[in-house]
Amino acid sequence: MSTHGKFKDSFLWYSFKRDKIAIASLLVLVVLIFISVFAPLIAPYNPYDPEMIDIMNSEIPPVWEDGGEKAFLLGTDSQGRDMLSTMIYGMRISIIIGLGAVALQAVLGVLIGLFAGYHGGRLDAFFMRAADVQLSFSYLMVAIFMSAILQAIVGVARFGEIAVPFLILVIGFSQWPQYARTVRGSVLAERKKEYVEAARVAGFTSARIILKQIFPNTLSPILVLSTIQVANAVMSEAALSFLGLGMPIDRPSLGSLINSGFEYIFSGAWWITALPGLLLVILVLSINMLGDFLRDVFNPKLYKG
Amino acid sequence: MIAFMIRRIIQALIVIIIISIIGFAIKQSVGDPLRELLGISVSAEEREEFREKLGLNDPWYIQYGRFLGDAARGDLGTSMFYKRPATEVILEKAPATLELVFVSSLIIILLSVPLGIFSAIKPNALFSRFLMGGSIVGVSIPVFLTAIMMVYIFSIKLGWLPSYGRGEVVMVGGWGTGLLTLDGWKHILMPSVALSSIMLPLFIRLIRSEMMEVLEAEYIKYAWAKGLAHKRVWFVHAFKNTLLPVITVGGVQLGVTIAFTILTETVFQWQGLGFMFMEAVERSDAPLLVAYLMFVGIVMVGVNTIVDMIYGLVNPTIRIAGVK
Amino acid sequence: MKKLLEVKDLVIKFALRTGEVTATNGVSFTLKKGERLGLVGESGAGKSVTGFSIINLISKPGYIAAGKVDFLGEDLAKIGDEKMRSIRGNRISMIFQDPMMTLNPVLTIGTQMTETLHQHNPQMGKEEARNIALDKLRKVYIPSPEKRLDQYPHEFSGGMRQRIIIAIALLTDPELIIADEPTTALDVTIQAEIMELLIELCETEDMGLILITHDLAVVGQVTQNIAVMYAGSVVEKGPTAQVIAEPQHPYTQGLIAALPQSSRHGERLNQIPGMMPTLKDIPPGCAFNPRCNQVMDICKTETPGLRPGKNGNLAACHLYPPGQEEQG
Repeated sequence: MSTHGKFKDSFLWYSFKRDKIAIASLLVLVVLIFISVFAPLIAPYNPYDPEMIDIMNSEIPPVWEDGGEKAFLLGTDSQGRDMLSTMIYGMRISIIIGLGAVALQAVLGVLIGLFAGYHGGRLDAFFMRAADVQLSFSYLMVAIFMSAILQAIVGVARFGEIAVPFLILVIGFSQWPQYARTVRGSVLAERKKEYVEAARVAGFTSARIILKQIFPNTLSPILVLSTIQVANAVMSEAALSFLGLGMPIDRPSLGSLINSGFEYIFSGAWWITALPGLLLVILVLSINMLGDFLRDVFNPKLYKG
Repeated sequence: MIAFMIRRIIQALIVIIIISIIGFAIKQSVGDPLRELLGISVSAEEREEFREKLGLNDPWYIQYGRFLGDAARGDLGTSMFYKRPATEVILEKAPATLELVFVSSLIIILLSVPLGIFSAIKPNALFSRFLMGGSIVGVSIPVFLTAIMMVYIFSIKLGWLPSYGRGEVVMVGGWGTGLLTLDGWKHILMPSVALSSIMLPLFIRLIRSEMMEVLEAEYIKYAWAKGLAHKRVWFVHAFKNTLLPVITVGGVQLGVTIAFTILTETVFQWQGLGFMFMEAVERSDAPLLVAYLMFVGIVMVGVNTIVDMIYGLVNPTIRIAGVK
Repeated sequence: MKKLLEVKDLVIKFALRTGEVTATNGVSFTLKKGERLGLVGESGAGKSVTGFSIINLISKPGYIAAGKVDFLGEDLAKIGDEKMRSIRGNRISMIFQDPMMTLNPVLTIGTQMTETLHQHNPQMGKEEARNIALDKLRKVYIPSPEKRLDQYPHEFSGGMRQRIIIAIALLTDPELIIADEPTTALDVTIQAEIMELLIELCETEDMGLILITHDLAVVGQVTQNIAVMYAGSVVEKGPTAQVIAEPQHPYTQGLIAALPQSSRHGERLNQIPGMMPTLKDIPPGCAFNPRCNQVMDICKTETPGLRPGKNGNLAACHLYPPGQEEQG
């Protein structure tokens, strides 16, 4: 079915044009990514620069509330950092970790899935049992344990320095089974088809068959999965950071911002938690909506009207 | 069936052994057991003497064997913070978490089954569309954010519900339950709703999509052709077949639920295992960490094995053939 | 003999997102009590849809746009849901194509049999229902039915399952059975057994049968009359023996010529050139004209109605003079 690449493309485009929610989601996502990429140019302050932070400015509410100041559109946090700038930089970190983790798990999962699915046998059985076990422990659980243990080993201060690559590693590693299973499923389905048989009879090496013939046909499920997984990765990062097992507060992601603001909601400073929370939800929601749209388009089961 | 069960149990044992190796490795690399016991003001000779006495100079496999033997007897070491056996601390904290999981599972099952079925059999109804839209928003809001929003609205602004703790706890046997008092229910309401807030939309979507797929099946068309009533086709023919994949996924979701209890308990300062775990992380209480890891691992493996067996009971194909 | 079923000018459409598609365009045929009729055509000709439309069970975007389905004086196309349900599986039973897919995998054979009885006779006791089920299983020659009743579908072979499905069809002593390609999914040796069973039961129980199939050879053995369908219309109908011996419509001629036994050993099979058009692009005029070996100019502009051919069989073809046209 997916050999008709052009049809798929055109169908994708055709459906996309008619789906207002998908268009809106993509638009929001593009804007958010643009802001993240150009954060240093767009954010009014640099939240990493101690020179620009004045503790006297702490807990200023957003500009539309009583006591708000024009200089800080969305108010400031407990350390006197501009909320808007901190959120923009936080989102940047969330997106970097999300994309990095997905790239890692995709490479890992796709490779394992392709080879396990194609060769079958013991290798396949081993990887799929491992995937089962790891899935049953849930990616978040695995990620929490790994972070907690590393933090206990290296200590909080040192952990903060290596947080970004470590989170990419942890989240990426904890989610490979989804890819492996999806890709393996597609490989098993493709492997039975005539063209693969034909290629094998024609004497092509298995690596060549996998890469040239089978892999392209697993792309659409990979695309759908990747979208959902980016949302999952961003959520996982937020959860870890919220628990204090992720980004440190001097280089906060959205999750650690929510965490740092939590204790202040009791004194009424809701914005330190609510605004980054809102941004996180908008980010994840737009990715999820897009993922839902892609799933509807690519899932042949939903083709029939 | 028996062959199938034996295979599942052997697999479960292998997983438990892997978990124990991980636990053992952590214990070895985090924290110095001597400092826990002796403090720092002890001479080098005395240390060495204690090392020998505690078997810390033995090869790792002997130490691992001892660790495994102790664990099998329920001895998972002594918590550095509580100065009590880790198993005891865990057993004391477990009821809080189990009750939380229980109440939110109840919420999830009671709501997701009817809502999922409804949105599958009436996919174009306004309510179904609303459910689908709402569920995607639901899965996009992190559990801890839902929890915080609830605390802000219902505790801080409206003052209706308490924001932390379990409230009045009654001891029944060795089990401290909050489910026997009104105060306890008031306390568990928000945490359990927050905990179910992500699973519920996931399950509604899962049941819906599975059920819709089943409804397309040839045997459902055949059931209609036999002139069966809607109720019979939907709830017996279709739902029974929907259950199988839902049970499998449900088992997998237990791990996610436990991860989410950590988040929920942190927000509500719910004195359960998740809260204890985070405290142990902050205090670098390695024995307690390891004990928690082992405990969660065993519970999860146990539940998954049971779920697989229930699956085997519901699915006649497995019952006979013994293979999945 | 009394008329059992009359399908008249039946038009079935599918409301797709990209527009409406006509699946059958004015299909008509009648069935007398106890008669066996073959509905023949390639896949996509609209024969299955026609079969399902009789019990008003067309898959979702499809609906009956016009025409009537007269079953013993009642128009099933317009009858309400509740009444239709009391007829489905009760007075008209269906046999589906693939027995491996038809039975519910998680319910026992017994449950799937007795539920039909309870549905149509709510006051029937459990014991009585079970006895009827056993009796029907014996009728289709299932060995040790008492034991089999408590087993699940996957414990039966394909041929056994189709027997069970026939037994289910018999449960309520229906007046009509619609069998949609009942043997296509089975081994050749089993095909014949099932067909013989069907003939035997239709005769002993005095049931009407509509046999939907693409296999002319099967129809030849089983039915008394044939209606041949092409691209949503009936193109020829008449007594089975006559249609097979002297087909009037070029399409039927082509079908029969394509049967393996029509070509001599070592010869190539005679295929009809081209493919049946999809429902979306049926050509104007006679739908068969692009593939027809006797095509005339008129065929490309005017749709021929059914008319008597040389031997009196009705054929929708301009080769024969448009006598008293019958809608087809």
